[in-house]
Amino acid sequence: MSADRIALPRRRFLQVLALGTGALLVGIRTAAAAGVVDPPLPPAMLGDDLHGLGAYIRIDADGNVLIGVRDPDTGTGVSTSLARIIAEELDVEWSRVSVVPLGLGVTADKGQPSWIYGHQVGGDGSSIPAAWKDLRQAGALARWLLLQAAARRLGIPANQLRSDTGLVIAPDGRRFDYGNLAKDAARIPLPDAPPPLKDPANYRLVGKPAGDIDAHAIVTGQTRYAIDHYDDDALVALLVHCPWPDGSLARIDTKATLAVKGVVKVVQLKPEPGQPPGSTVIAPAVAVLAENTWAAMQGRDQLQLEWQAGKHGDASSAELERQAVALLDSQAEPTTRVRDEGDVESAGKKAARRLDATYFQPWLAHAAAEPMNCLVRLDKDRASLVVPTQAPQKAWAVVQRLTGLAPDHIDIRVPRVGGGYGRRLDHDYVAEAVMLAQAANRPVRLLWSEGEEISHDFFRAGCVHRFEAIIDGKRQLHSWHQRMASAPALVGRNVPADQLWRSELQAGQLPAPLTPNFRSDWYSLESPMPRGPMRGMPHLSNAFAVEGFIDEIAHMMREDPLKTRLRLLGEPRQLPLGDGRTLDIGRLHNVLQQVADRIEWKNWLRTVNGLGIACWHVDGAYVAHAVEAAVEGEQLRILRAVCAVDVGRVINPLGLEGQVAGATLEALSTALNATITFRDGKVQQRGRADYPPARMAQLPREVETIIINDDRPPTGASFLAMPTAAPALANAVFRASAVRIRRLPLMPEFLRLL
Amino acid sequence: MVFVQAQAVPATPDGGIVAEKVRDGIDVRINGEHFRHTGDPKMPLLWYLRDVLRLTGTKYGSGSGVDLVLVDGKAMSAGKLAMDALAGRAVVTVEGLAAEDGSLHPMQQAFIDEDAIGCGYCTPGWLIAAVDLLSRKPRANDDDIDQLPDLCRCGCQTRVRRAIKRVVAGKAGQP
Repeated sequence: MSADRIALPRRRFLQVLALGTGALLVGIRTAAAAGVVDPPLPPAMLGDDLHGLGAYIRIDADGNVLIGVRDPDTGTGVSTSLARIIAEELDVEWSRVSVVPLGLGVTADKGQPSWIYGHQVGGDGSSIPAAWKDLRQAGALARWLLLQAAARRLGIPANQLRSDTGLVIAPDGRRFDYGNLAKDAARIPLPDAPPPLKDPANYRLVGKPAGDIDAHAIVTGQTRYAIDHYDDDALVALLVHCPWPDGSLARIDTKATLAVKGVVKVVQLKPEPGQPPGSTVIAPAVAVLAENTWAAMQGRDQLQLEWQAGKHGDASSAELERQAVALLDSQAEPTTRVRDEGDVESAGKKAARRLDATYFQPWLAHAAAEPMNCLVRLDKDRASLVVPTQAPQKAWAVVQRLTGLAPDHIDIRVPRVGGGYGRRLDHDYVAEAVMLAQAANRPVRLLWSEGEEISHDFFRAGCVHRFEAIIDGKRQLHSWHQRMASAPALVGRNVPADQLWRSELQAGQLPAPLTPNFRSDWYSLESPMPRGPMRGMPHLSNAFAVEGFIDEIAHMMREDPLKTRLRLLGEPRQLPLGDGRTLDIGRLHNVLQQVADRIEWKNWLRTVNGLGIACWHVDGAYVAHAVEAAVEGEQLRILRAVCAVDVGRVINPLGLEGQVAGATLEALSTALNATITFRDGKVQQRGRADYPPARMAQLPREVETIIINDDRPPTGASFLAMPTAAPALANAVFRASAVRIRRLPLMPEFLRLL
Repeated sequence: MVFVQAQAVPATPDGGIVAEKVRDGIDVRINGEHFRHTGDPKMPLLWYLRDVLRLTGTKYGSGSGVDLVLVDGKAMSAGKLAMDALAGRAVVTVEGLAAEDGSLHPMQQAFIDEDAIGCGYCTPGWLIAAVDLLSRKPRANDDDIDQLPDLCRCGCQTRVRRAIKRVVAGKAGQP
């Protein structure tokens, strides 16, 4: 075994390893861990060799390439896109590439964890931007080593050689397969500086469409999600949670449960005081541990439980909304003045017209497809877990706290995840599994019961927006005052009080830099209901309210709402958002114009169907939706949905199209139907039956996707297409029926107002 | 409900034949193979598939069609089917859709062709429902597809629709 390394930005190093099997292995290491030679590594990357380094690429003697993907794939397609970023720089034929999820890469550095793969988060839009910064380098280094190996063998300088999809080719036509060079390449000393990256003009994979690398395994039922992993010694644990997050167990009778054949134990769990949400049990719970799932289910059904409310037993979502309205009606100081430009108070003097409106949005649950589950085995000096997580490093922290094990004695595997939507950035279910394994002294396969994920969640809190806009005599938006009230998701999560607004809205969100007088105030509400991150937050709620209100402004001015938006945007230019980022008006204008052209916006005035439009920007990416809807009696039909996105460079257009169509449908589905309510301190929804995602008939039959080609560094797209779908629909509904939707979910509000 | 009862089998005169008692249990054919379930007759098929046979392509989940299997060709929820209702019946799971030589069912191929996959967790359920639909309505149209019982949180419905229409048009596996 030989090891060598090369510096990357941010104190990480690429390393190379020759395996006994003649394979070349290229990986990445943190500076702190660079001296360590044998951190844990997925066995698939090692083959028969039991020692290795943090790995991204393995080239075998037969020319097959195995690429390790570090970020969890929750359906975002990173197994495909990250592997293709690496394969592009390596210059290898895609059909020879297999992909393996790396799982958590952690080693110990003076007792502290050191993350050997760098970025390991999935589903929050950060995977591709992070990969663009360092994973290309891993591929480029492997290719450089292969060229050097061929140069030595041929006795000619490497700069006279070129690579071509898995081959190194000499000027005289002699060629070597990568597999043939792998063994020698692994013994080449690393260069002093990172090797050059490919000229994008020569890309063969990046920017070209590719289907999901796991597609064949998925359609044949071979993909093993965490829930499909077994340990023959493990007990199945099924949970029943207290309906009140701060409630307690008043009475329990386990006799009938323990009489069920196969039931081994009943264990009570409680949230640990002082632990942040997502690090401990979500609510008091009773777990039935049994030899198999069916026994555990029968045992669970035999439990006699009596729960009692805690001090928040009177909490109600309706009351919380009343508090929000009372707060916005009052002249109370905001919790945080998020942005204040110009002078909204004296702006009224120039008012030609004034408009105000209040928007209401409900609490939402994640409702991920794969139920909360976790397989954990605790040995004397080691914990081994299979976890459906979006953030394995955070899962590690929970396991480490509960077990006290050394950082590198915790092994976390992350197979493909059955949806995340932000739910799996929290790890209450990991804490539950570890606690149960400790209590049972046996490995545990934890499984949440059907419907529990709806009634027990880190919800997206509901919110109320109130706007006041002033239009001057020249029909310009002269002043915008936005006030929002919500129960913040960040409470209890070690975030300073003056930063809690950050989960609720953005300082630079539209129309912030577009009007001379702009104020954004945020009012904090309190609620005992658990809250946490959710896909699209905070853009989803803000885009719905803002883009709806802009439509109202257009209507007040008797103007085509596309024209109002284009006037508001003005000439293409770069506007600083005040947070270090810039708003590129030209790119925003472009996506808006693209969807307008596609849906034939020129018919806006004439068509009996309603056309609606909306645009937004998310972390340097741009999105617009146009929707055509028809109202016939009480029937609302979404006839067309068009979405344009500008994400900078596109890694996989087919994958991006899938994300855009998927996010559009998810956003429409949520906006149409979804609401979580609570009364007497308890969530009232019990499962999919009363928290229904849209069925096919409710959704548009196609999402027409327009992808802007751009060569700027890629941004994330996992939720980019969510924020504008619902406001475009609501604006289309207004056009089709004159019903202005200021409250979600849309369907009940539409039927109420019709 | 057909229980195969244990009974004494009379010895035959042929010395090569050994009398063998039929064991208690429920005979069920799963993906073409015969199995006998001797455990709790009320155990749902889902847990027999997953926990006993480790056929994990059929999923557990909340009311979204992820546990669909074909029972004598008809899509049914494995989570709601007790083993004793399956005696003598033929079950096909997502693992059994492909031919024995591994060649894919046209519906599987069409899902790949259209990349009709998000996280993939609900995909087996969609495949089973779609195969069931086309077995009843080989010329299924958009309105028929609208009636599918499945849910998808990732929003793959438009691609699933394309995949089913591709099979109807006989174009699975074609460019």
